[in-house]
Amino acid sequence: MRPSDASPAPVTGSFSGGFAWAMARDLRLAWRHPDEAVLTVAFFALVASLFPLGIGAEPQLLTRIGPGVIWVGALLAAFLALPGLFAADYADGSLEQMTLSPHPALGWAAGKIAAHWIVSGLPLTLLSPLIGLQYGLAPDTLGVQALSLAIGTPVLSLLGGACAALALGARGGGMLLALLALPLFVPVLIFGAGASEAQATGLSAAPHLSLLGAALIAALVGLPAAIGLAVRIAVD
Amino acid sequence: MNWFYFSSPPTFYRLAGRLAPWFFILAAALAIWGLYLGLLVAPTDAQQGAVYRVIFIHVPTAWMSMFLYFVMACYCGLTLVFNTRLSAMMARAIAPTGAMFTFIALWTGSFWGRPTWGTYWVWDARLTSELVLLFLYFGFMALANAFEDPRRGDRAAALLALIGVVNLPIIYFSVQWWNTLHQGSSVSFKGTSMHVTMLTGMLVMSFAAWMYAIGATLVRVRSVILEREHRAQWVRGPGVA
Amino acid sequence: MTIYWSSWSEFWAMGGHAFFVWMSFGALLAAIVVEIILLQVRRKRALAAIEEERDLEAEN
Repeated sequence: MRPSDASPAPVTGSFSGGFAWAMARDLRLAWRHPDEAVLTVAFFALVASLFPLGIGAEPQLLTRIGPGVIWVGALLAAFLALPGLFAADYADGSLEQMTLSPHPALGWAAGKIAAHWIVSGLPLTLLSPLIGLQYGLAPDTLGVQALSLAIGTPVLSLLGGACAALALGARGGGMLLALLALPLFVPVLIFGAGASEAQATGLSAAPHLSLLGAALIAALVGLPAAIGLAVRIAVD
Repeated sequence: MNWFYFSSPPTFYRLAGRLAPWFFILAAALAIWGLYLGLLVAPTDAQQGAVYRVIFIHVPTAWMSMFLYFVMACYCGLTLVFNTRLSAMMARAIAPTGAMFTFIALWTGSFWGRPTWGTYWVWDARLTSELVLLFLYFGFMALANAFEDPRRGDRAAALLALIGVVNLPIIYFSVQWWNTLHQGSSVSFKGTSMHVTMLTGMLVMSFAAWMYAIGATLVRVRSVILEREHRAQWVRGPGVA
Repeated sequence: MTIYWSSWSEFWAMGGHAFFVWMSFGALLAAIVVEIILLQVRRKRALAAIEEERDLEAEN
C-alpha cells in the first residue's frame, strides 16, 4: 500500500468519481492482500463453532440459540475488521491525500465503506446459511437470517466506520473502538437476530427487517458525510 | 448584547463561580420540598404499592439524562461549527453529570422493576436505548480524552455526540413505537392521569435535578478551564483560586 | 398537606418494599456525594498543577 497505488486525482471532483475511485482502490488492495477478508470469515466460522463446544451440541438447544449466535459472531467479525478500514491509509498518508482530493469526502468515504462491506460483511452474509445449517436452522429461517445480515452488516460497516474514523490515532486503540462501536451495534443486533428468531418461531420477521431497512437508509444518508468529517478531523 | 463576551474563558470562569452556589442552593431547596411531597405526603399507589415512590427520582433522572445529552450535543454542534473552545469545555463538563443521571435512571428503574415486573432487567426498546445512552456518555468522555491534542479530542467527541443524538428520539418514542414492558408516558402537554401530589412531586424533583445539573456543570467547567488554559496569563493572576 | 404515614417505622418499611425503595434513593444520594467529592478533587488538582507551574517559573 504505497501512495503510488492511488491513481492520479482528476481536476474536478464528484461524488460518483470519488466513490468509484475509492471503492476500486480498496478492492484492489484487498485482492492483493486477502488475509484480512479471509481472517474475518474464518473468525466468524470459529466463533460459531465455539458455542456448540462450550454449551453442548444438543440439537434443540442449538436451533434455539442459532440465530443469536450467528448474529453475534458476524457482529464480532465485522467489528474486528474495522481497524483495517483506515489504519493503513492513515499511517502512510494516503488518507490525508484523500482529504485533499477534489472529490467530496462524502464520495470517497462511502466508497471505502462499500469496499469494506464487500470484503467483510458480504462474505459473512454468504457464509451464514452454512453456519445456520450447522445449527439446524430451517430453510426459511436461513433465508431470513441471510437477509437480515445483508441489510444489517452494511449498517455495522457504516457505524463501525464512523467510530474507526473518530478513533484514528487515539490512545487505547481497540478498547476505545469497542466502547464506541459495540453500543451502537446493539440495536442492529437486536433487530437482526430478532428477525430470524421471529421467523423461527413462526412469527413475522417483517417488522424487524423493515426497521433494519430503515436503519440502513438512515445510515446511508447520514453517516458517509460524518465519516468524511471524522477523517478530516483526524488528519488536520 | 455582545454574546461573545461570555465565551471568553476568564469571563465565564468568574461568572460560573458566582452562579454555581445559587444553583446548588435552589436544587437543595427543591429536593427537600420534592422529597417531602414524594416520600411523606403522596398517597401510596393502589396497584404497585409503596415502591412506586421510586418514580420521584427515576423519572427526573431519566428526563435529565436525555436533556443533558441534548444540551451537550448542542454545545458539540457549536464546537464543530464555530470552533469555540468554551463550547467544547462545556460539553466535557456536562458529560459526567449526564452519565451519572443515566446510571441512576437505569438503577432506580431496575429496582422499581423487580417487585413490579418481576425482573431487574429486560431487553426492551426503552431500557436498551437508555443503556446505549450511558455508553454514549462513556464513549464521549473516553474519546475526548484519548488524544494528545485536546482540540482533536474536542472535535472527535463532538462528532460522536452528534451521531449519537439519533438515540434520543428512539428512547423517547420507544414506548409508543413498540410494545414494550416499560409503561407509556403518563404526562404530556395535554394533561395527565396522575394524582396531583404525585405530579407536583415529580415536577419539583425534576427541577431540582435540573438545577443540580447546572450547578455541577458550572463547577466542573471551571476545573476544565483551569486545566486547558493553564498557560494563560489570567490563570496566574489573582481571583482564580 | 397531611403526612401519609401513621408512624416512622411504617415509613422506613415502605409497605414491604423497603429494600427496593431505599436502594434507589440511597444510590442517588451516594452518586451525588461521590460527584461532589470528585468535583472538589478535580478542582484541587487543577489548582495544584497551576501552583506548581508558577513555582517552577519563579525559580527560573
